Amino acid sequence: MSRFESGGTADAIYRFDVLILSPRRNEMLRIFSFVSEEKILDIIRVENLRHVYKSSSGDKVALDGINFSIAEGEFVAIIGNNGSGKSTLAKHFNALLLPTSGKIFIDGFDTSDEKNLWHVRENVGMVFQNPDSEIVAAIVEDDVAFGLENLGIAPEKIRERVDLALDAVNMSDYKNFSPSKLSGGQKQRIAIAGVIAMQTKIIVFDEPTAMLDPQGRREVLSMVKKLHAQGKTIIYITHFMEEAAQAQRVFLMEGGKIIKNDTPREIFSNVREMKRLGFSVPVAAELAERLRKKNFKLPPKILTADELAEALK
Amino acid sequence: MISVKNVSYTYMTGTPFEKTALKNISFDVAEGEVLAVAGHTGSGKSTLIQIVAGLIDLTQGSVTIDNLPVADKKIRRLVGIVFQYPEHQLFEETVESDIAFAPKNFGLSDAEISAQVEEAMRQVGLPAELKSVSPFELSGGQKRRVAIAGILALKPKYLILDEPTAGLDPLAKENLLKEIFGAVKKSGATIILVSHNMEDIARFANRVVVLAQGQILFVGTPRELFSREEILSRAGLEPPPITQLLSKLNLNQNALTLDEAEKIILKNFPRK
Ligand SMILES: Nc1ncnc2c1ncn2[C@@H]1O[C@H](COP(=O)(O)OP(=O)(O)OP(=O)(O)O)[C@@H](O)[C@H]1O
Ligand SMILES: Nc1ncnc2c1ncn2[C@@H]1O[C@H](COP(=O)(O)OP(=O)(O)O)[C@@H](O)[C@H]1O
Ligand SMILES: [Mg+2]
Ligand SMILES: [Mg+2]
Repeated sequence: MSRFESGGTADAIYRFDVLILSPRRNEMLRIFSFVSEEKILDIIRVENLRHVYKSSSGDKVALDGINFSIAEGEFVAIIGNNGSGKSTLAKHFNALLLPTSGKIFIDGFDTSDEKNLWHVRENVGMVFQNPDSEIVAAIVEDDVAFGLENLGIAPEKIRERVDLALDAVNMSDYKNFSPSKLSGGQKQRIAIAGVIAMQTKIIVFDEPTAMLDPQGRREVLSMVKKLHAQGKTIIYITHFMEEAAQAQRVFLMEGGKIIKNDTPREIFSNVREMKRLGFSVPVAAELAERLRKKNFKLPPKILTADELAEALK
Repeated sequence: MISVKNVSYTYMTGTPFEKTALKNISFDVAEGEVLAVAGHTGSGKSTLIQIVAGLIDLTQGSVTIDNLPVADKKIRRLVGIVFQYPEHQLFEETVESDIAFAPKNFGLSDAEISAQVEEAMRQVGLPAELKSVSPFELSGGQKRRVAIAGILALKPKYLILDEPTAGLDPLAKENLLKEIFGAVKKSGATIILVSHNMEDIARFANRVVVLAQGQILFVGTPRELFSREEILSRAGLEPPPITQLLSKLNLNQNALTLDEAEKIILKNFPRK
């Protein structure tokens, strides 16, 4: 389905990578304009990535030959059963883990090259599942500033960025609050503000809504969509199919491999196949499939409640 | 039976960080009942169930289980609790010894223990080959399953679960709920289920207690709750996806499950 499988462009970029090792790879490619802009900006590229955890009870292959590219500004959801390798993959994006073999390039930079570490971390922000374990300071604004202080940014600049970030997540009124007084959804918004303040191009979310009430989940997801609309590249790991259905592309992982890489519509409308693989689908897709079996003539590939309501009218 | 009467609780009384988490809470849980507890994060759910399990000392009001006060040591054997962050419950070197920990402490024989460990692993869907692995080397969802198995292996008469399915994949979640509400219930267990998942509540709970800012806002059946919009919005909750879907069809009928929704549509829409 996608340009990533169509060989040609990918090959061209490979060759440039050999030639152009500069940090400004994307800019240079654009200046030379051998390839149209849209096709160059693979902000993440993963090649034959394998990760093996070594432990007393033996080796555990957690990632087993992963390949994909993500264009700048894409919103990709990752789904997969417990233990399929999602979090392990997520930790490779900001070099918390390094490949056992294979490569991962962030904005053209090889994460396994130590001198790129700084650039990689500057480009990738992470938000995790448990809001409590992410909060480090006693006051909201200090918490948001935490990452920036570590980057050695001037205090006035930090203040400006923190104010902007809190404003972006609608939490400015809470800047002098203690994080312990906030709801789970609000804590996650503070964690997201911390990442916004770092001004990374890529934000990786690892089950950010797993511990939240329905309202908190809604808040976080709408924040994620807003960041995507502003041009951030989003990687979003979730067990909620309704959330994954809102991404542009879905990776489905199983046993350390990506076994599907397609649009949510293609993936979730194939209800039978998803069930066979042991997955659920959004309720509208499932109900539509049941109704088709009862001889309702419905259009194919229904995914949302609105689409089903429209089709039944 | 569990009986909660006029329970109030304040964290860190007498300090600037004083925080009233529960105000005058009363309810009963009948033998064999599944009672859900729902509410916004911070509404007091975890505090409440820790008090019910005797993990936080009561300062106001009373809690009795089978007519014994919770402080009585005899109830320890009756109540099993899975925490909201069960990974904090893990500490042994292997998955097997972690699950076996509590049954061992209660003096079961080795044969009984190994049978119960095996059954509990099956109930939560952990493959047997993970027995000898360190629980710290598991994924988030796998850790949660180990912690839940450790409690199921105890076969408690009262099972208290704080958001047990958070972080589980859909299949594991479905199987676990079916196990808990099938096999475990068959043995007559009484369950308190704290959950943000309205679908789980709709399918499995007999009654729901809704908390808001430490107070009880609603007690009743899930069906009643999901038809009370003002309660839902005050508590930061919303109906399950299937109920929301059906309300889009303007049928003025509530469905709590896919089966119900299918029936209602078959009755109300012509097959085109
Ligand atoms: N520190 C570790 N040491 C050894 N093995 C590990 C470690 N962390 C994870 N694993 C193993 O690697 C595999 C992938 O784990 P990972 O955490 O990436 O899964 P996941 O897809 O994020 O699962 P979940 O949905 O439960 O969060 C699992 O089999 C797990 O047991
Ligand atoms: N250990 C603690 N110390 C101080 N305050 C706490 C503690 N645990 C919870 N609280 C506060 O008590 C209130 C209820 O919290 P909790 O019972 O965890 O709610 P829920 O489980 O519904 O999210 C919240 O305002 C929370 O901040
Ligand atoms: Mg994970
Ligand atoms: Mg809680």
